[in-house]
Amino acid sequence: MPRASLPWAAMARMTGRRALLAVPVLLAVTFGVFAVAAASPFDPVRAYAGDAGLTASQANLDQLRHNLGVDQPLIGRWWHWLTAALTGDLGDSATLRAPVTQVIGERLGWSVLLCALAFLLAVAVGTALGVAAARRRGGLLDRAVTSLAYTLEAAPPFWLGLLAVWLFALKLGVLPAGGLTDTGTDLATPGQIARHVALPALVLAVSQLPWFVLYVRQGVGDALEEDPVRGARARGLRERTVLLHHALRSGLLPVLTLIGSRVPELITGALLVETVFSWPGIAAATVEAATAVDFPLLAALTVLATAAVLAGNLLSDLLYGLADPRVGFDG
Amino acid sequence: MADSHTSTRQEATAAPGPGTAPGTGAALAPGVTWHRRPGTGHRRRTRTVRVWVSAGLVAAVVLAVLVVPLLVPLDNQSVDLARKLQAPSLSHPFGTDEVGRDLLLRCVYGLRVSLLVGVVAALVAVGLGTAVGALAGALGGWADRAVMRLVDLFSSVPHLLLGIFIVAMFRPGVWPVILSVALTHWLSTARIVRAEVLSLRSRPHIDAAISGGASRWRVAVRHLLPGVLPQAGLAAVLMVPHAIWHESALSFLGLGLPAHEASLGIMVNAARGSLLAGAWWPTLFPGLFLIVPTLALAGLAGAWRERINPRRRSELML
Repeated sequence: MPRASLPWAAMARMTGRRALLAVPVLLAVTFGVFAVAAASPFDPVRAYAGDAGLTASQANLDQLRHNLGVDQPLIGRWWHWLTAALTGDLGDSATLRAPVTQVIGERLGWSVLLCALAFLLAVAVGTALGVAAARRRGGLLDRAVTSLAYTLEAAPPFWLGLLAVWLFALKLGVLPAGGLTDTGTDLATPGQIARHVALPALVLAVSQLPWFVLYVRQGVGDALEEDPVRGARARGLRERTVLLHHALRSGLLPVLTLIGSRVPELITGALLVETVFSWPGIAAATVEAATAVDFPLLAALTVLATAAVLAGNLLSDLLYGLADPRVGFDG
Repeated sequence: MADSHTSTRQEATAAPGPGTAPGTGAALAPGVTWHRRPGTGHRRRTRTVRVWVSAGLVAAVVLAVLVVPLLVPLDNQSVDLARKLQAPSLSHPFGTDEVGRDLLLRCVYGLRVSLLVGVVAALVAVGLGTAVGALAGALGGWADRAVMRLVDLFSSVPHLLLGIFIVAMFRPGVWPVILSVALTHWLSTARIVRAEVLSLRSRPHIDAAISGGASRWRVAVRHLLPGVLPQAGLAAVLMVPHAIWHESALSFLGLGLPAHEASLGIMVNAARGSLLAGAWWPTLFPGLFLIVPTLALAGLAGAWRERINPRRRSELML
């Protein structure tokens, strides 16, 4: 589809507007995180002191409480964290013994790699299966694909991951069961990474697959019953041309524009898959932080995930405006 | 679900589509014969079969988790290391776990825990969503806008992450898990109920009741509630699989139920050692026990949805 030029100015305005709207949302989320922590029985002083807290004197604990700023009211602590965060200081992670910013910097890339691979795989396979199913709705292939999709949708990703470990790593021995590199070496060569990312990416892709299959099937199936397709058939075009050029194009567009809104599901899947495969990404760190009640890390990662979701929504709306000019960029 | 708050109204006014009864379409376009009209012939039969299979499975699951614990207490499940990790056989259809307990019995007990937590959490979530949605729809104005902004706010944090955060802060126990599921799952119900209330408010029979002098309370109880209840009930049934899924994910991550409340997620987590030793059955069967009730409930809820929202046929039962 040749297009003279993209409406950059309108898209930039929309991006700017959304960025402004994201500020109150992120502020509210950070405040919510602090409010939940304040309402919970969790005591940061005892968490910080660990076993030493059991024997420490009350005076020492009070001193620690003051040093950590926990004796301040909720608003004060939140404001303190927020102003520090704006200067790039998100606090220190107790479990990983490093500044939160460093933890995120080291791990974010691995998560993005895993998620991007899984997403591409899910889009490719999901489109193929969805089109195949939509060609004859109600047919044998359609029923098989749809049943499989519903079953996979119901299957927990961690369970699929464990079964994949059993099959590919233990029974067939073709792929490693987890981690980023082979045991005994810390050298992350591209070949090693490719071998180690294959299984988690596959499982994450399978966990995202049902949505794509069912939506592509619905979109293409509906498009096949619309006038342009009927017209194309009446003109005597080949079935292949009708399916791939007429039905797929109009059926796939709404799906592609919704891709950005899949970020929450992708994060949910990554939380489980990274944990199963000990993938050194940010989602696995989230689970570790939650297990150890590592509040600074957990708070930062929750905000980061929210920002990712908002960015995904923006991407979705931008694509939608591009795909359907009637919608525009006013949202 | 992005457009769910508008879809109800569209359903009321939408032109006849593929879901309408045979005959109406032909009357609109004489001479056009429609091939493959969905909802007729063998497709309707397969749907009926699916509903009965789903209903049968749900009944079997409920019966199993209610009756089996009465007949076979878990206490006879003594630890017997001589029988540990036996593959499925006639005496142990699902095999035995790492300390020699029968996995079939453990799965039934695990399903009982998962279902109980799932149902309670789904009821809390739907109750919360119904209350918030009805309030927003009935009050309108700034209250409605504030509530909808709150819904948007909650939906911009990924469910499982928010759930993990909440359980991490309030752990351990059963109630933090239920709270975590409820606080992350009330949004869709609130949207649906709000849309339903808004659409009902603009119907003539409500206007008639108000101009006839009915009190606010009477309008709410006699006219709004009966319209909203089927939607809320459907949301509750649809929510149970979600809640079970959420609970099992939290439990698998070691953040959910305490270890002695052996839900299916905890069983899958506990089986990781056995899996690495090559025993697949302690992992496979608890997972299947999670999938089957989910599919059965989704099948039932899908049929119910077709009854009350005929236009929104089929898509994405989960």
